[in-house]
Amino acid sequence: MNELISKDIKRNKTRMVKIKVEFLGGLDVIFNKERVHNLNVPKEDPVTMADLLDFIVETMIANKKDVEVFLENGTVRPGIITLINDTDWELEGELEYVLEDGDIISFTSTLHGG
Amino acid sequence: MSSKSFVYVPPSEPVNNKNVKISQLCELCHARKAILKRPKNMQKVCKLCFFHVFETEIHNTIIDNNLFYRGERVAVGASGGKDSTVLAHMLKLLNERHDYGIDIVLLSVDEGIIGYRDDSLATVKRNQKQYGLPLEIVSFKELYNWTMDEIVACAGIRNSCTYCGVFRRQALDRGAEKLGINHVITGHNADDMAETVLMNILRGDVARLEKSTAIITKSKGSPIKRSKPFKYSYQKEIVLYAHYKKLDYFSTECTYAPEAFRGTAREFMKNLESVRPSCIIDIIHSGENLVLKKKDASQTKHGATGFVDGNRCEKCGYLSSNKKCKACILLEGLEANRATISIENDSSVDGAARVMRQLEHMSF
Ligand code: SF4
Ligand SMILES: [Zn+2]
Ligand SMILES: [Zn+2]
Repeated sequence: MNELISKDIKRNKTRMVKIKVEFLGGLDVIFNKERVHNLNVPKEDPVTMADLLDFIVETMIANKKDVEVFLENGTVRPGIITLINDTDWELEGELEYVLEDGDIISFTSTLHGG
Repeated sequence: MSSKSFVYVPPSEPVNNKNVKISQLCELCHARKAILKRPKNMQKVCKLCFFHVFETEIHNTIIDNNLFYRGERVAVGASGGKDSTVLAHMLKLLNERHDYGIDIVLLSVDEGIIGYRDDSLATVKRNQKQYGLPLEIVSFKELYNWTMDEIVACAGIRNSCTYCGVFRRQALDRGAEKLGINHVITGHNADDMAETVLMNILRGDVARLEKSTAIITKSKGSPIKRSKPFKYSYQKEIVLYAHYKKLDYFSTECTYAPEAFRGTAREFMKNLESVRPSCIIDIIHSGENLVLKKKDASQTKHGATGFVDGNRCEKCGYLSSNKKCKACILLEGLEANRATISIENDSSVDGAARVMRQLEHMSF
Protein backbone atom coordinates (compact mmCIF):
# COMPACT_ATOMS: atom_id res chain seq x y z
CA MET A 1 0.00 0.00 0.00
CA ASN A 2 2.69 2.41 1.09
CA GLU A 3 4.74 1.44 -1.89
CA LEU A 4 1.85 2.20 -4.20
CA ILE A 5 1.41 5.69 -2.83
CA SER A 6 5.09 6.53 -3.08
CA LYS A 7 5.13 5.24 -6.64
CA ASP A 8 2.20 7.46 -7.40
CA ILE A 9 3.99 10.46 -5.97
CA LYS A 10 7.12 9.66 -7.94
CA ARG A 11 5.14 9.34 -11.14
CA ASN A 12 3.42 12.64 -10.42
CA LYS A 13 6.76 14.31 -9.98
CA THR A 14 7.84 13.64 -13.50
CA ARG A 15 4.45 13.87 -15.13
CA MET A 16 3.40 16.41 -17.67
CA VAL A 17 0.07 18.10 -18.01
CA LYS A 18 -1.11 18.01 -21.61
CA ILE A 19 -3.09 21.02 -22.72
CA LYS A 20 -3.90 23.01 -25.80
CA VAL A 21 -3.21 26.75 -25.88
CA GLU A 22 -4.60 29.10 -28.53
CA PHE A 23 -3.56 32.67 -29.29
CA LEU A 24 -6.38 34.41 -31.12
CA GLY A 25 -7.55 37.80 -32.27
CA GLY A 26 -4.13 38.75 -33.62
CA LEU A 27 -2.11 37.64 -30.58
CA ASP A 28 -0.47 34.92 -32.67
CA VAL A 29 1.92 37.57 -34.06
CA ILE A 30 4.17 37.16 -31.04
CA PHE A 31 4.02 33.35 -31.28
CA ASN A 32 5.44 32.81 -34.77
CA LYS A 33 1.97 33.37 -36.21
CA GLU A 34 0.94 29.97 -34.84
CA ARG A 35 -2.51 30.07 -33.30
CA VAL A 36 -2.69 26.59 -31.83
CA HIS A 37 -0.03 25.06 -29.58
CA ASN A 38 -0.19 21.62 -28.00
CA LEU A 39 1.80 21.82 -24.81
CA ASN A 40 3.23 19.42 -22.31
CA VAL A 41 3.90 21.44 -19.22
CA PRO A 42 6.29 19.74 -16.76
CA LYS A 43 4.49 19.10 -13.57
CA GLU A 44 5.85 18.71 -10.08
CA ASP A 45 3.09 20.19 -8.03
CA PRO A 46 -0.26 21.03 -9.54
CA VAL A 47 0.24 23.37 -12.50
CA THR A 48 -1.68 26.60 -12.16
CA MET A 49 -2.48 29.29 -14.70
CA ALA A 50 0.27 31.38 -13.07
CA ASP A 51 2.74 28.57 -13.85
CA LEU A 52 1.42 28.38 -17.40
CA LEU A 53 1.99 32.11 -17.93
CA ASP A 54 5.59 31.70 -16.71
CA PHE A 55 6.03 28.71 -19.00
CA ILE A 56 4.71 30.64 -22.00
CA VAL A 57 6.95 33.63 -21.32
CA GLU A 58 10.03 31.49 -20.75
CA THR A 59 9.66 29.03 -23.59
CA MET A 60 7.37 30.46 -26.24
CA ILE A 61 7.96 34.18 -26.67
CA ALA A 62 11.05 34.51 -28.83
CA ASN A 63 11.41 38.27 -28.60
CA LYS A 64 11.43 39.37 -24.96
CA LYS A 65 10.13 42.79 -25.97
CA ASP A 66 6.88 41.07 -26.88
CA VAL A 67 6.24 39.96 -23.31
CA GLU A 68 4.52 43.24 -22.52
CA VAL A 69 2.07 42.65 -25.36
CA PHE A 70 0.92 39.60 -23.42
CA LEU A 71 1.47 40.35 -19.74
CA GLU A 72 1.17 43.36 -17.49
CA ASN A 73 1.83 43.45 -13.75
CA GLY A 74 2.29 39.71 -13.59
CA THR A 75 -1.00 38.80 -15.19
CA VAL A 76 -2.63 38.75 -18.61
CA ARG A 77 -2.79 42.25 -20.01
CA PRO A 78 -6.15 44.07 -19.86
CA GLY A 79 -7.77 43.83 -23.28
CA ILE A 80 -6.85 40.17 -23.72
CA ILE A 81 -9.66 37.72 -22.99
CA THR A 82 -8.54 34.54 -21.25
CA LEU A 83 -10.81 31.52 -21.55
CA ILE A 84 -10.43 28.18 -19.80
CA ASN A 85 -12.44 25.60 -21.73
CA ASP A 86 -14.46 28.50 -23.16
CA THR A 87 -15.25 29.95 -19.71
CA ASP A 88 -13.91 33.39 -18.80
CA TRP A 89 -11.07 32.73 -16.39
CA GLU A 90 -12.62 35.32 -14.04
CA LEU A 91 -15.07 32.56 -13.15
CA GLU A 92 -12.37 29.91 -12.77
CA GLY A 93 -10.05 31.48 -10.23
CA GLU A 94 -7.77 33.22 -12.73
CA LEU A 95 -4.10 32.63 -11.81
CA GLU A 96 -4.97 29.97 -9.25
CA TYR A 97 -6.83 27.65 -11.61
CA VAL A 98 -5.23 24.19 -11.64
CA LEU A 99 -4.74 22.80 -15.12
CA GLU A 100 -5.93 19.34 -16.09
CA ASP A 101 -5.09 17.15 -19.05
CA GLY A 102 -7.17 18.08 -22.06
CA ASP A 103 -7.86 21.67 -21.00
CA ILE A 104 -8.08 24.23 -23.75
CA ILE A 105 -6.82 27.67 -22.81
CA SER A 106 -7.37 30.53 -25.22
CA PHE A 107 -6.04 34.08 -25.17
CA THR A 108 -7.89 36.45 -27.49
CA SER A 109 -6.74 39.99 -28.07
CA THR A 110 -9.46 42.61 -28.33
CA LEU A 111 -6.87 45.27 -29.08
CA HIS A 112 -5.65 44.10 -32.47
CA GLY A 113 -7.12 44.87 -35.88
CA GLY A 114 -10.41 46.61 -36.46
CA MET B 1 1.47 37.50 -45.45
CA SER B 2 1.27 33.74 -45.83
CA SER B 3 -1.59 32.09 -47.61
CA LYS B 4 -2.45 30.58 -44.24
CA SER B 5 -4.36 33.71 -43.30
CA PHE B 6 -6.88 32.98 -46.02
CA VAL B 7 -8.03 29.81 -44.36
CA TYR B 8 -10.33 30.26 -41.44
CA VAL B 9 -9.50 28.02 -38.50
CA PRO B 10 -12.23 28.18 -35.85
CA PRO B 11 -11.24 28.06 -32.18
CA SER B 12 -11.19 24.57 -30.66
CA GLU B 13 -14.27 23.17 -29.01
CA PRO B 14 -13.54 22.31 -25.35
CA VAL B 15 -13.71 18.64 -24.45
CA ASN B 16 -13.30 18.77 -20.69
CA ASN B 17 -16.80 18.73 -19.29
CA LYS B 18 -16.59 18.84 -15.55
CA ASN B 19 -19.31 18.58 -12.97
CA VAL B 20 -20.91 21.95 -12.48
CA LYS B 21 -21.31 23.34 -8.99
CA ILE B 22 -24.50 25.20 -8.14
CA SER B 23 -22.49 28.38 -7.60
CA GLN B 24 -21.30 28.15 -11.21
CA LEU B 25 -24.76 28.15 -12.75
CA CYS B 26 -26.07 30.81 -15.10
CA GLU B 27 -28.00 33.50 -13.23
CA LEU B 28 -30.64 33.67 -15.94
CA CYS B 29 -31.62 30.06 -16.69
CA HIS B 30 -30.14 28.42 -13.56
CA ALA B 31 -29.58 25.35 -15.72
CA ARG B 32 -26.27 25.62 -17.52
CA LYS B 33 -22.76 26.57 -16.50
CA ALA B 34 -22.02 30.30 -16.63
CA ILE B 35 -19.19 31.06 -19.01
CA LEU B 36 -19.00 34.80 -18.68
CA LYS B 37 -19.54 37.60 -16.20
CA ARG B 38 -21.09 40.45 -18.18
CA PRO B 39 -18.95 43.56 -17.79
CA LYS B 40 -21.88 45.98 -17.78
CA ASN B 41 -23.73 44.40 -14.84
CA MET B 42 -21.51 41.56 -13.52
CA GLN B 43 -24.25 39.01 -14.25
CA LYS B 44 -22.99 35.47 -14.77
CA VAL B 45 -24.51 33.90 -17.85
CA CYS B 46 -24.25 30.71 -19.89
CA LYS B 47 -23.44 30.64 -23.57
CA LEU B 48 -27.03 30.38 -24.80
CA CYS B 49 -28.35 33.05 -22.47
CA PHE B 50 -25.43 35.29 -23.50
CA PHE B 51 -26.40 34.95 -27.17
CA HIS B 52 -29.98 35.72 -26.29
CA VAL B 53 -29.39 38.79 -24.12
CA PHE B 54 -26.67 40.20 -26.35
CA GLU B 55 -28.79 39.91 -29.50
CA THR B 56 -31.88 41.21 -27.73
CA GLU B 57 -30.08 44.27 -26.38
CA ILE B 58 -28.95 45.22 -29.87
CA HIS B 59 -32.46 44.65 -31.19
CA ASN B 60 -33.77 46.94 -28.46
CA THR B 61 -31.22 49.61 -29.33
CA ILE B 62 -32.36 49.42 -32.95
CA ILE B 63 -36.05 49.66 -32.06
CA ASP B 64 -35.72 52.33 -29.34
CA ASN B 65 -33.81 54.59 -31.71
CA ASN B 66 -35.86 53.86 -34.83
CA LEU B 67 -32.68 53.05 -36.71
CA PHE B 68 -34.44 51.54 -39.75
CA TYR B 69 -37.67 51.82 -41.67
CA ARG B 70 -39.27 49.00 -43.59
CA GLY B 71 -37.96 48.78 -47.12
CA GLU B 72 -34.79 50.73 -46.29
CA ARG B 73 -31.58 49.74 -48.04
CA VAL B 74 -28.57 49.89 -45.74
CA ALA B 75 -24.83 49.50 -46.26
CA VAL B 76 -22.72 47.86 -43.57
CA GLY B 77 -19.21 49.30 -43.53
CA ALA B 78 -17.33 45.99 -43.65
CA SER B 79 -13.61 45.78 -42.98
CA GLY B 80 -13.36 42.07 -42.25
CA GLY B 81 -12.46 42.94 -38.65
CA LYS B 82 -14.29 41.69 -35.58
CA ASP B 83 -16.75 44.54 -35.11
CA SER B 84 -18.00 44.77 -38.68
CA THR B 85 -18.10 40.99 -39.08
CA VAL B 86 -20.27 40.61 -35.98
CA LEU B 87 -22.33 43.58 -37.20
CA ALA B 88 -23.04 42.00 -40.59
CA HIS B 89 -23.92 38.68 -38.95
CA MET B 90 -26.11 40.37 -36.33
CA LEU B 91 -28.05 42.59 -38.73
CA LYS B 92 -28.80 39.70 -41.01
CA LEU B 93 -29.93 37.57 -38.06
CA LEU B 94 -32.10 40.29 -36.48
CA ASN B 95 -33.56 41.32 -39.83
CA GLU B 96 -34.74 37.76 -40.33
CA ARG B 97 -35.82 37.18 -36.75
CA HIS B 98 -37.71 40.44 -36.26
CA ASP B 99 -38.66 41.16 -39.86
CA TYR B 100 -37.26 44.70 -40.10
CA GLY B 101 -37.75 44.49 -43.84
CA ILE B 102 -34.35 46.02 -44.62
CA ASP B 103 -32.03 45.24 -47.50
CA ILE B 104 -28.41 44.78 -46.39
CA VAL B 105 -25.33 45.37 -48.57
CA LEU B 106 -21.71 45.00 -47.46
CA LEU B 107 -19.63 48.05 -48.35
CA SER B 108 -15.85 47.81 -48.14
CA VAL B 109 -13.12 50.34 -48.68
CA ASP B 110 -9.85 49.20 -50.20
CA GLU B 111 -7.28 51.65 -48.87
CA GLY B 112 -4.51 49.97 -50.82
CA ILE B 113 -2.35 48.59 -48.01
CA ILE B 114 -0.53 45.51 -49.20
CA GLY B 115 -0.24 42.71 -46.67
CA TYR B 116 -3.14 44.08 -44.68
CA ARG B 117 -6.13 45.24 -46.62
CA ASP B 118 -5.78 42.67 -49.39
CA ASP B 119 -5.96 39.91 -46.77
CA SER B 120 -8.80 41.49 -44.84
CA LEU B 121 -10.77 41.97 -48.07
CA ALA B 122 -10.41 38.24 -48.62
CA THR B 123 -12.18 37.83 -45.28
CA VAL B 124 -14.96 40.18 -46.37
CA LYS B 125 -15.38 38.13 -49.54
CA ARG B 126 -15.76 34.98 -47.45
CA ASN B 127 -18.30 36.80 -45.24
CA GLN B 128 -20.19 37.76 -48.38
CA LYS B 129 -20.63 34.08 -49.17
CA GLN B 130 -21.19 33.00 -45.56
CA TYR B 131 -23.98 35.53 -45.04
CA GLY B 132 -25.28 35.64 -48.60
CA LEU B 133 -25.07 39.43 -48.80
CA PRO B 134 -24.06 41.53 -51.82
CA LEU B 135 -20.66 43.24 -51.58
CA GLU B 136 -19.41 46.51 -53.04
CA ILE B 137 -15.76 47.55 -52.84
CA VAL B 138 -14.57 51.12 -53.43
CA SER B 139 -10.86 51.82 -53.55
CA PHE B 140 -8.71 54.85 -52.69
CA LYS B 141 -6.88 54.31 -55.95
CA GLU B 142 -9.99 54.68 -58.06
CA LEU B 143 -11.39 57.59 -56.00
CA TYR B 144 -8.23 59.61 -55.31
CA ASN B 145 -5.60 58.05 -57.54
CA TRP B 146 -3.51 57.34 -54.43
CA THR B 147 -3.18 54.13 -52.46
CA MET B 148 -2.33 54.32 -48.76
CA ASP B 149 1.01 52.68 -49.55
CA GLU B 150 1.79 55.53 -51.95
CA ILE B 151 0.59 58.13 -49.44
CA VAL B 152 2.85 56.74 -46.73
CA ALA B 153 5.79 56.61 -49.13
CA CYS B 154 5.17 60.28 -49.88
CA ALA B 155 4.00 61.80 -46.60
CA GLY B 156 5.55 59.49 -44.04
CA ILE B 157 4.00 57.04 -41.64
CA ARG B 158 3.31 59.52 -38.86
CA ASN B 159 0.03 60.88 -40.15
CA SER B 160 -1.07 57.84 -42.12
CA CYS B 161 -4.18 57.31 -40.01
CA THR B 162 -5.31 60.91 -40.51
CA TYR B 163 -5.19 60.56 -44.29
CA CYS B 164 -6.73 57.14 -44.09
CA GLY B 165 -9.57 58.27 -41.83
CA VAL B 166 -10.52 61.32 -43.90
CA PHE B 167 -10.39 59.40 -47.17
CA ARG B 168 -12.23 56.38 -45.81
CA ARG B 169 -15.10 58.40 -44.45
CA GLN B 170 -15.63 60.02 -47.81
CA ALA B 171 -15.11 56.74 -49.64
CA LEU B 172 -17.89 55.10 -47.63
CA ASP B 173 -20.25 57.95 -48.51
CA ARG B 174 -19.33 57.76 -52.17
CA GLY B 175 -19.73 53.98 -52.18
CA ALA B 176 -23.17 54.31 -50.63
CA GLU B 177 -24.11 56.98 -53.13
CA LYS B 178 -23.02 54.70 -55.95
CA LEU B 179 -25.34 52.02 -54.59
CA GLY B 180 -28.19 54.49 -54.15
CA ILE B 181 -28.11 53.86 -50.40
CA ASN B 182 -28.64 56.60 -47.81
CA HIS B 183 -27.71 54.78 -44.66
CA VAL B 184 -24.24 53.54 -43.68
CA ILE B 185 -24.01 51.39 -40.57
CA THR B 186 -20.70 51.04 -38.78
CA GLY B 187 -19.42 48.69 -36.08
CA HIS B 188 -18.35 51.36 -33.58
CA ASN B 189 -18.83 49.90 -30.13
CA ALA B 190 -19.11 51.16 -26.56
CA ASP B 191 -15.33 51.07 -26.06
CA ASP B 192 -14.76 53.19 -29.17
CA MET B 193 -17.38 55.64 -28.06
CA ALA B 194 -16.09 55.91 -24.49
CA GLU B 195 -12.59 56.43 -25.85
CA THR B 196 -13.82 59.25 -28.09
CA VAL B 197 -15.68 60.86 -25.19
CA LEU B 198 -12.54 60.72 -23.06
CA MET B 199 -10.36 62.17 -25.78
CA ASN B 200 -12.78 64.99 -26.48
CA ILE B 201 -12.93 65.80 -22.78
CA LEU B 202 -9.13 65.76 -22.54
CA ARG B 203 -8.90 68.05 -25.55
CA GLY B 204 -11.77 70.24 -24.37
CA ASP B 205 -13.42 69.70 -27.72
CA VAL B 206 -16.93 70.78 -26.89
CA ALA B 207 -18.36 70.65 -30.39
CA ARG B 208 -17.29 67.07 -30.93
CA LEU B 209 -18.20 65.88 -27.47
CA GLU B 210 -21.87 66.47 -28.11
CA LYS B 211 -21.74 64.73 -31.46
CA SER B 212 -19.58 61.84 -30.36
CA THR B 213 -22.26 60.00 -28.41
CA ALA B 214 -25.02 60.29 -31.02
CA ILE B 215 -26.23 56.95 -32.30
CA ILE B 216 -27.32 58.45 -35.61
CA THR B 217 -25.36 61.24 -37.25
CA LYS B 218 -26.40 63.14 -40.31
CA SER B 219 -25.05 66.38 -41.68
CA LYS B 220 -27.61 68.81 -42.99
CA GLY B 221 -27.88 68.58 -46.73
CA SER B 222 -26.22 65.17 -46.84
CA PRO B 223 -28.30 62.30 -48.11
CA ILE B 224 -26.20 59.82 -46.11
CA LYS B 225 -26.93 59.08 -42.50
CA ARG B 226 -24.69 56.97 -40.29
CA SER B 227 -25.65 54.80 -37.38
CA LYS B 228 -23.94 52.69 -34.73
CA PRO B 229 -26.12 49.86 -33.41
CA PHE B 230 -23.21 48.63 -31.22
CA LYS B 231 -23.05 51.92 -29.36
CA TYR B 232 -23.78 50.18 -26.05
CA SER B 233 -22.03 46.88 -26.82
CA TYR B 234 -18.76 46.10 -25.08
CA GLN B 235 -15.78 45.21 -27.22
CA LYS B 236 -15.21 42.24 -24.95
CA GLU B 237 -18.69 40.86 -25.58
CA ILE B 238 -18.43 41.45 -29.32
CA VAL B 239 -15.19 39.46 -29.42
CA LEU B 240 -16.66 36.72 -27.22
CA TYR B 241 -19.75 36.56 -29.39
CA ALA B 242 -17.56 36.12 -32.48
CA HIS B 243 -15.54 33.49 -30.63
CA TYR B 244 -18.50 31.41 -29.45
CA LYS B 245 -20.33 31.73 -32.77
CA LYS B 246 -17.08 30.90 -34.57
CA LEU B 247 -17.41 33.88 -36.87
CA ASP B 248 -14.64 34.28 -39.41
CA TYR B 249 -12.91 37.61 -38.82
CA PHE B 250 -9.56 39.12 -39.62
CA SER B 251 -7.32 40.40 -36.84
CA THR B 252 -3.94 41.23 -38.30
CA GLU B 253 -2.73 44.66 -37.39
CA CYS B 254 -2.42 47.29 -40.12
CA THR B 255 1.16 47.86 -41.24
CA TYR B 256 0.79 51.52 -40.33
CA ALA B 257 -1.06 51.10 -37.05
CA PRO B 258 0.32 53.34 -34.33
CA GLU B 259 3.04 51.74 -32.21
CA ALA B 260 1.42 49.37 -29.72
CA PHE B 261 -1.14 50.90 -27.39
CA ARG B 262 1.11 52.41 -24.77
CA GLY B 263 -0.15 55.61 -23.28
CA THR B 264 -3.27 55.82 -25.38
CA ALA B 265 -6.72 56.66 -24.15
CA ARG B 266 -7.61 53.09 -25.12
CA GLU B 267 -5.06 51.61 -22.78
CA PHE B 268 -6.10 53.92 -19.99
CA MET B 269 -9.67 52.73 -20.46
CA LYS B 270 -8.76 49.03 -20.55
CA ASN B 271 -7.03 49.53 -17.20
CA LEU B 272 -10.06 51.31 -15.79
CA GLU B 273 -12.26 48.53 -17.10
CA SER B 274 -10.22 45.86 -15.37
CA VAL B 275 -10.86 47.59 -12.07
CA ARG B 276 -14.46 48.62 -12.70
CA PRO B 277 -16.00 47.03 -15.79
CA SER B 278 -19.07 49.29 -15.85
CA CYS B 279 -16.85 52.34 -16.48
CA ILE B 280 -17.23 52.09 -20.26
CA ILE B 281 -20.99 52.52 -20.17
CA ASP B 282 -20.61 55.09 -17.38
CA ILE B 283 -18.33 57.22 -19.56
CA ILE B 284 -20.81 57.06 -22.44
CA HIS B 285 -23.65 58.11 -20.15
CA SER B 286 -21.55 60.97 -18.82
CA GLY B 287 -20.84 62.03 -22.39
CA GLU B 288 -24.54 61.92 -23.21
CA ASN B 289 -25.45 64.00 -20.19
CA LEU B 290 -22.79 66.64 -20.50
CA VAL B 291 -24.92 69.31 -22.08
CA LEU B 292 -22.85 72.40 -22.43
CA LYS B 293 -24.03 75.94 -22.30
CA LYS B 294 -24.52 77.24 -25.82
CA LYS B 295 -22.02 79.85 -26.87
CA ASP B 296 -22.90 83.19 -28.30
CA ALA B 297 -23.36 82.65 -32.04
CA SER B 298 -20.82 85.35 -32.87
CA GLN B 299 -18.19 83.59 -30.78
CA THR B 300 -18.47 80.20 -32.37
CA LYS B 301 -16.14 79.18 -35.13
CA HIS B 302 -19.03 78.45 -37.42
CA GLY B 303 -20.55 81.86 -36.92
CA ALA B 304 -17.20 83.51 -37.51
CA THR B 305 -16.51 81.80 -40.82
CA GLY B 306 -20.07 82.16 -42.07
CA PHE B 307 -20.39 78.40 -42.05
CA VAL B 308 -23.50 77.01 -43.64
CA ASP B 309 -24.09 73.34 -43.11
CA GLY B 310 -24.67 71.77 -46.47
CA ASN B 311 -21.95 73.60 -48.39
CA ARG B 312 -20.15 71.69 -51.09
CA CYS B 313 -16.45 71.43 -51.80
CA GLU B 314 -15.60 73.67 -54.74
CA LYS B 315 -13.20 71.06 -56.12
CA CYS B 316 -14.99 67.74 -55.84
CA GLY B 317 -18.54 68.61 -54.82
CA TYR B 318 -18.40 66.57 -51.64
CA LEU B 319 -20.27 67.95 -48.67
CA SER B 320 -18.01 70.28 -46.74
CA SER B 321 -18.30 73.03 -44.16
CA ASN B 322 -15.38 74.81 -45.79
CA LYS B 323 -14.64 75.90 -49.34
CA LYS B 324 -12.60 72.79 -49.94
CA CYS B 325 -13.24 69.47 -48.28
CA LYS B 326 -10.65 67.83 -46.05
CA ALA B 327 -9.86 65.15 -48.61
CA CYS B 328 -9.11 67.75 -51.29
CA ILE B 329 -6.84 69.70 -48.96
CA LEU B 330 -4.92 66.54 -48.13
CA LEU B 331 -4.73 65.63 -51.80
CA GLU B 332 -3.32 69.04 -52.70
CA GLY B 333 -0.64 68.61 -50.05
CA LEU B 334 0.18 65.18 -51.44
CA GLU B 335 0.38 66.35 -55.04
CA ALA B 336 2.68 69.20 -54.00
CA ASN B 337 4.84 66.69 -52.20
CA ARG B 338 4.90 64.33 -55.13
CA ALA B 339 6.29 67.20 -57.19
CA THR B 340 8.97 68.30 -54.72
CA ILE B 341 9.91 64.99 -53.22
CA SER B 342 12.62 64.29 -55.73
CA ILE B 343 14.29 67.66 -55.09
CA GLU B 344 14.08 67.94 -51.34
CA ASN B 345 14.31 64.51 -49.97
CA ASP B 346 13.36 65.42 -46.45
CA SER B 347 10.47 67.78 -47.06
CA SER B 348 7.80 65.12 -47.02
CA VAL B 349 7.20 65.00 -43.29
CA ASP B 350 7.34 68.79 -42.94
CA GLY B 351 4.79 69.18 -45.68
CA ALA B 352 2.54 66.67 -44.01
CA ALA B 353 2.88 68.42 -40.67
CA ARG B 354 1.90 71.72 -42.27
CA VAL B 355 -1.22 70.18 -43.78
CA MET B 356 -2.08 68.70 -40.38
CA ARG B 357 -1.84 72.11 -38.76
CA GLN B 358 -4.02 73.55 -41.48
CA LEU B 359 -6.60 70.82 -40.84
CA GLU B 360 -6.66 71.52 -37.14
CA HIS B 361 -7.70 75.08 -37.78
CA MET B 362 -10.60 74.13 -39.97
CA SER B 363 -14.05 73.61 -38.63
CA PHE B 364 -15.53 70.21 -39.12
S1 SF4 C 1 -4.25 51.79 -38.84
FE1 SF4 C 1 -4.31 53.82 -39.80
S2 SF4 C 1 -3.48 53.49 -41.84
FE2 SF4 C 1 -4.03 51.47 -41.06
S3 SF4 C 1 -6.12 51.12 -41.81
FE3 SF4 C 1 -6.29 52.01 -39.77
S4 SF4 C 1 -6.48 54.22 -40.12
FE4 SF4 C 1 -5.70 53.29 -42.02
ZN1 LIG D 1 -28.42 30.49 -19.04
ZN1 LIG E 1 -13.32 67.98 -52.17
